Amino acid sequence: MTPPAASRELIVNAPTRPNDYTAYPDASGRFGDYGGRYVPETLMPLVHELDAAYRAAKADPAFQAELDSFLTHYVGRPSPLYLASRLTDHFGGAKIYFKREELNHTGSHKINNCMGQILLARRMGKTRIIAETGAGQHGVASATVCARFGLPCIVYMGAVDVERQKPNVFRMNLLGARVEAVTSGSATLKDAMNEALRDWVTNVHDTYYLIGTAAGMHPYPEMVRDFQSVIGRETRDQMLAMEGRLPDAVVACVGGGSNAIGIFHPFLNDESVKLIGIEAAGEGMDTGRHAAAINGGRPGVLHGNMTYLLQDRAGQITEAHSISAGLDYPGIGPEHSWLHDVGRASYLTATDNESLEAFKLCAQLEGILPAIETAHALARIGDIARDVGKGGIIVLNLSGRGDKDVGTVAAHLGMQI
Amino acid sequence: MTKARIDARFAALKAEGRAAFVTYVMAGDPDAATALEIVRGLPGAGADIIELGFPFSDPLAEGPPIQRAAQRALAKGMTLQGVLDLARAFREGDADTPVILMGYTNPLLTWGYEAFARDAAAAGIDGMIVVDCPPEEAEPLADALDAAGLSLIRLATPTTDDARLPVVIRRTSGFVYYVSVAGVTGVKSADAAAVAPHVERVRKASGLPVAVGFGIKTPENAAAIARVADGVVVGSALVDEVAEALELNEDVTGRVLSKVNSLAKAVRLARRSLTAV
Repeated sequence: MTPPAASRELIVNAPTRPNDYTAYPDASGRFGDYGGRYVPETLMPLVHELDAAYRAAKADPAFQAELDSFLTHYVGRPSPLYLASRLTDHFGGAKIYFKREELNHTGSHKINNCMGQILLARRMGKTRIIAETGAGQHGVASATVCARFGLPCIVYMGAVDVERQKPNVFRMNLLGARVEAVTSGSATLKDAMNEALRDWVTNVHDTYYLIGTAAGMHPYPEMVRDFQSVIGRETRDQMLAMEGRLPDAVVACVGGGSNAIGIFHPFLNDESVKLIGIEAAGEGMDTGRHAAAINGGRPGVLHGNMTYLLQDRAGQITEAHSISAGLDYPGIGPEHSWLHDVGRASYLTATDNESLEAFKLCAQLEGILPAIETAHALARIGDIARDVGKGGIIVLNLSGRGDKDVGTVAAHLGMQI
Repeated sequence: MTKARIDARFAALKAEGRAAFVTYVMAGDPDAATALEIVRGLPGAGADIIELGFPFSDPLAEGPPIQRAAQRALAKGMTLQGVLDLARAFREGDADTPVILMGYTNPLLTWGYEAFARDAAAAGIDGMIVVDCPPEEAEPLADALDAAGLSLIRLATPTTDDARLPVVIRRTSGFVYYVSVAGVTGVKSADAAAVAPHVERVRKASGLPVAVGFGIKTPENAAAIARVADGVVVGSALVDEVAEALELNEDVTGRVLSKVNSLAKAVRLARRSLTAV
């Protein structure tokens, strides 16, 4: 009695290309076969409550107006669309634009989602906020909105990440958040998410779980995507105003995939626009030490959703490896899994070393230190610019700034700072 | 055959006028051979029903004791195949004690629900508890278990209100597992007085026996729950014995079974002492 070889056919039906890519998820939280609500029974009533509260907020013009006001005056939206002309010249291909999400308050796209969810948490009467974080960008954004609205904030962070992202830990502390270092499992983002879920299942009445990426149980993938879609909506309008046409390609790094789905989603039905996500190849896809769920994993269930996961033949989740704490996660948001299967988006990879090179190049040519996460997308931008060719236009979501990463970069370059 | 074993056990205990003592141990903890020795010793030490944990790398509803047990088992190479081998070896010497597997979705999904249900039934398994597969996602699993004649045992919790209860108990058979506290396994303590009305509510709605678990650690605690429920589940307190025996370099099997023995006595005497009082 040998178990059948792990096989996608057991899980996933043949994908069908939809007429309207934006019509997902369905009422049960599925993007095709992906997504869903695989959580312990204790959490199910809370998940349903959250879903209902989010539907009501989404339909309420007053909620949207309040969110828009905070995005404008607190976050600093809209973020600029910037023609990176020296990088464009360097590669000699398509024009490269940056969507400057690193200029947002707190230095990344993460605040877009946090602002939306904190207003929802307040609307639901929740009085205690928990969050997970990898690189610390979402933790900082969560701590920020909790400070702004006077709510206690507990951030779960893998002990390994606490060590490699010390500046962000200190920032969270300054903002009044408590950072819980998680030592279970691999002590990175996936374990931080396990601990946050264990907290939520223990504190069911007063606690709001502020998930930072477009993954987890329904409605989070949809909700986080909706809050991040402001990136793509602005990009579309700005591109039409600046170039009079849509771009040929939109590029973003993908861990859980919130910055990518945020910029992709408003372009899903514009099939002339290529959507390209870049996964972290760590030390190289052939080494097995990477964090590329789509390129190196297969579908399974973790953290409440069915999606591509890094796992062994027996269905145990395996550890992800990436220089970037924000991409160091064995899964990916379910909408990306579906977009991959139906062929609407494609997913490439970039290694640690390629990303470090891209980090330096962007700093030297454009005067912008990108987050090491974002540098993964930058590492493929030259290839994509050349593929699209002169006369073409591509947009890269510059999802975060790299100040937090200078220590990591220095260490990899063999320098002491 | 399979569902029948659970039903027969609860019926027999009802006739005896006492609650079932349900023991949870992690398959492969601390290693495959010792775990088999423990499981073989459980009925003799007083266990009426055996829950066999199958390890998963990311057990998000477990507290530290069972998390660590899963890590120990995985480190020793335990797999689902190994869990079925253990169950089959146990079944060779015990035709009557129900064995229920408890764990998480992904390893089952990897095997394939239908194939696993068939293989589990053939190995002498009677039912399954899949912690992260709520009714909303469980139809394919429930179909597979039905086809193989296995019980799907659902969890009802303090957050399961009257409106949701029918959803939870639909397609449940054997018994309903009432989670006594909102939280992970092995951390908070179960309060019998708080649990009693919920047990009654679930029993009435389901027409099935109700076993209570999460947070039952001591004989006193077990006895109190045994007075109000049809079954008492102890897990974290047993895997803690494994951890302590390993730490102190003591006989793991002996330590676990002696704990089972003291808890089983408390469960067996619970209602008698109530009558005496």
